[in-house]
Amino acid sequence: MKRIYLDHSATTHVDTRVLEAMLPYFTEKFGNASSLHSFGQEAAEALAQSREQVAAALGAAPLEIFFTSGGTESDNMAIKGAAYMHSPQGRHIITSVIEHPAVLRTCEELEREGFEVTYVPVDGEGILDMQFLEDSIRDDTILISIMHANNEIGTIQPINEINELISGRKIILHTDAVQSVGKIPTDVNELGVDMLSISSHKLHGPKGVGALYVRSGVNIRPLVQGGGHERGLRPGTENIPGIVGFAKAMSIAKEQLKEDSMHMQHLRDSMIEKIRNKIAHVMLNGHEKKRLPNNVNMSFRHVEGESLLMLLDMNGVAVSTGSACSSTSQKASHVLTAIDLGVDYIHGSLRFTLGRENTMEEIDHVVNLLEEAVMKLRQISPFEEDV
Amino acid sequence: MYSRKLLEEFTNPKNVGVIEDADGVGQLGNPADGDVITIYIKVKDGVLEDVKFKTFGCAAAIATSSMVTQMAKGRTIEEAMRLTKEEVADALGGLPPGKMDCSNFAPDTLKVAIEDYQKKHKV
Repeated sequence: MKRIYLDHSATTHVDTRVLEAMLPYFTEKFGNASSLHSFGQEAAEALAQSREQVAAALGAAPLEIFFTSGGTESDNMAIKGAAYMHSPQGRHIITSVIEHPAVLRTCEELEREGFEVTYVPVDGEGILDMQFLEDSIRDDTILISIMHANNEIGTIQPINEINELISGRKIILHTDAVQSVGKIPTDVNELGVDMLSISSHKLHGPKGVGALYVRSGVNIRPLVQGGGHERGLRPGTENIPGIVGFAKAMSIAKEQLKEDSMHMQHLRDSMIEKIRNKIAHVMLNGHEKKRLPNNVNMSFRHVEGESLLMLLDMNGVAVSTGSACSSTSQKASHVLTAIDLGVDYIHGSLRFTLGRENTMEEIDHVVNLLEEAVMKLRQISPFEEDV
Repeated sequence: MYSRKLLEEFTNPKNVGVIEDADGVGQLGNPADGDVITIYIKVKDGVLEDVKFKTFGCAAAIATSSMVTQMAKGRTIEEAMRLTKEEVADALGGLPPGKMDCSNFAPDTLKVAIEDYQKKHKV
């Protein structure tokens, strides 16, 4: 059975060009970038070049890039680092209700430490309530952290509008761009952000590596103490093979951005249209237009998401659901809850996240399998008569 | 996370449907919680002659519903009342730990259907 992967927001395969770039740094070029000898210098050169590549892909300066272990660490480093550094000026932070757990749990931890956090709600399509955000800004607000694009429903937030809103104020603007880099433009100056989190494995790079962009002049406190690596902000011997691969993946993503996003968007729109034509009682979750080019999140009335996922998986199709069972009770995700999906739809969501190598043939095949699976489950469903 | 046996049962559930002239009907669960099981029974001489189900829920909820109907069919009411979650789970090669509590309520739904029969027929 040919398997079809439509879960690229979970992770992606490593691009062969990325793997090739990485390989020498495991074996012959294994040096520690802090060493003074030639082995060390090879590693230091690779590190410097990688930093330039990542910076160039974001429109940033190389010294504004700090390598980390990935998106979660970058989010923690940005939020806690800014909160601890600037707590003398204020202890108020603004974020949204649909952030990734890496941001939400970090903010909750800061609340336990005495910081105040405002969670801005979203509308039914997952777009931030800008008036609520504006009204939440206080004299002691030190940080705003709003994700660029949502990992579940793909909604893109107006980050540059937030930047305009706070211009002239001493508030740091952070965005989690883990899902958006490589899918839509993420130039740090166009977005107007002070900090931006990235993860390598979401864009065909290796796992266990990522970066935090920190605008020159913005100060944050390191969370880990050690040697002077990453200018003291993130000490620890650098993961050179990972960083080299991540940088290569960023360069490819930047180079192919237009072509890749157009391809994925074409598949996305076609998939949504075909699902709507073939299957009754479906709902697109998130915004029709302001969404990632690779995100299709739909709910199917009166069927349960995990059952649908399992049926597709048995046919070789990998997707995810925001409606999966938790250990004690069946709970819908915080994002689907925030956009207030009705009871008939909230447990029947599926997320298809496309990749640059998916084809229209694959999409057509998946839509056919999906139609069969929904019909099968609706025949078992006690609400079938209503459908 | 699911056993091969459970997935097989989920993919090919038995006794799906409604018994129009059922002697007893039981329904448990709540659409808001993501699981609803309905079980219909037909009783003759104290024996469950036919058992059917309709389920909205995860793979475990569907598989356990299907298994319960098969295990109950042909049994006396007393025997069917004694069916436990553990027996149903064992027949499916076990359930993932979290699913034991939240999705395995088909045996309870069967009991509700039997009680409905007993109430209607004053047994």
